[in-house]
Amino acid sequence: MSVARAIALGDPTALPSRREEDWRWSDLRGLIRVLPPPSPPNLDPHPRGPFAGVADEEILIVNGRGPDRIDVAAGDRRFIALRFVAALDAGAHVARIAIEVGVDAQLILLESYEGEGERYVVEADLTVTLRAGARLERIVLTHDSPEGVSVSIAKVRSGPASRLAQTVLSGGARRQRIETRVDHPGSGASVRLDGLYLLADRRHSDITTEVIHDGVDGATVQLTKGVVRDQARGVFQGRIIVRPGADRTDARMGHHALVLSDRAEVDAKPELEIYADDVSCAHGNTVGALDEEALFYAEQRGIPEGEARAMLTRAFVGEVVERIEHDGAREIARAFVAEHVGARP
Amino acid sequence: MNSMLSIENLHVSVDGKPILHGLSLDVPAGEVHAVMGPNGAGKSTLSYALAGRPGYDVTAGTVTLDGEDLLALDPSRRAAKGVFLSFQYPIEIPGVPALTFLRTAANAQRKARSEAEISAPDFLRLVRAKAAALKIDFDMLKRALNVGFSGGEKKRMEILQMAVLSPRLAILDETDSGLDIDALRIVAEGVNAMRAPERSMLVITHYQRLLDHIRPDRVHVLAGGRIVASGGPELALELERAGYDRYASAA
Repeated sequence: MSVARAIALGDPTALPSRREEDWRWSDLRGLIRVLPPPSPPNLDPHPRGPFAGVADEEILIVNGRGPDRIDVAAGDRRFIALRFVAALDAGAHVARIAIEVGVDAQLILLESYEGEGERYVVEADLTVTLRAGARLERIVLTHDSPEGVSVSIAKVRSGPASRLAQTVLSGGARRQRIETRVDHPGSGASVRLDGLYLLADRRHSDITTEVIHDGVDGATVQLTKGVVRDQARGVFQGRIIVRPGADRTDARMGHHALVLSDRAEVDAKPELEIYADDVSCAHGNTVGALDEEALFYAEQRGIPEGEARAMLTRAFVGEVVERIEHDGAREIARAFVAEHVGARP
Repeated sequence: MNSMLSIENLHVSVDGKPILHGLSLDVPAGEVHAVMGPNGAGKSTLSYALAGRPGYDVTAGTVTLDGEDLLALDPSRRAAKGVFLSFQYPIEIPGVPALTFLRTAANAQRKARSEAEISAPDFLRLVRAKAAALKIDFDMLKRALNVGFSGGEKKRMEILQMAVLSPRLAILDETDSGLDIDALRIVAEGVNAMRAPERSMLVITHYQRLLDHIRPDRVHVLAGGRIVASGGPELALELERAGYDRYASAA
């Protein structure tokens, strides 16, 4: 069952449901009784995206229509803003794009999901190939509308000595899933898969990752942090599989969330499946409230409660932002945090 | 004499359990008063109640600072009025550099008092001078506040914050705990440097040791949730000699 299949068939019973282990916290079958009609072609001008003026090039995919390939030639460097827009008239659509980063090439990809309409059901499928020595820094920023349903699935095949560095910045939607699956060859390749979800109202965000280590000498680090308030719901599913023979794999996964209201919820499932010897793997998972002692300490020094809460929340998520390597992307991540948590005074 | 801090018949409960039972205490401007007492007497409860910590419920009594009702204010407003509490166990604030924290606090207090913000260069100059006096390496202030600091470093950071925020009323809760003799001397010198006619201090301690370095004008004995004896500095020496046993019955 998949969103793409349900859209192709116009059949909501083909949507993923909570009965599937991988979708238990992001049920779509129970949510969507009737799929919206297929999205029409849309040639309207779209206001500037969140990465306007930062990247060198912009690629626009509206209502599922746009370029279907990005190629970065061997040794080349490109800096691209890739916008997936569900326009005002969007209904249901699937966007597909293949991205290939050539040998020793570099791509900085600032990817945005922008929901202009109200009730849309959309999927984006990305097939990413990193050749030997290729480097991809991928920032995913979501701007979905509160009633939108948006699923993004990226399948990444990493080459030897390649580098994937990814940060997902999610503000949630009615249902939203950002899924990343990486075939990790070991062989000196490294992967960083980070995420941040900052959710309010009734928004939902699901960050799902799977990394399969299938060769010796691979490294994966993951840090996801989340803050949920009101009746929001955050989901983190992280799976790292170390196949037999993938020795000297180094994998670390962390997920930490703050739950700021009684009616908000966080569901987390960190999984390490290790079938090789001589590996170094660790994971940590915490879900809790803001530290009341720290809050009182800050207030005692004269910082008003609301400002103190924002300061401590910003500090909690700051670690994820600081790991972004590209300066311009890091600034955008800071602005994203300020927008969702409250700016510095 | 005109009292700056005036505590009248203060009753405080924690989790529904009464800890302070009618504590009264006056500290005139410019004076340093010590509050001594055995473990469990309510010393930390007094400091937290004055600072407004949630969960420390004042069930009766009044506290005024410069004649103004302190109990009606939330903790940050009390701080802006000039209440500073040096914590017995300073809290770690991951992700917030000490310098950022202190500047946020200083400007929040100024804003609450309708004063202009302190400029970045002025702030840095002030902090550098105060940090040097307390033998705090300036680079330490770029690290997350108190995270990975030793006990002595944390206490020095408390005094640095006090020096920068320049409070009307400083409450020092067991400031000597966890300090070796050299650190104690540095901290005490930092506190003594802040003695001023317009500032009062409440030094809360179990042991007399700290009072060799910070000489109090008055000493009060807190036992069983009340002040049971008051006197001059000699009272602290007497307590050191005779212990708190004789006050157990008074409580």
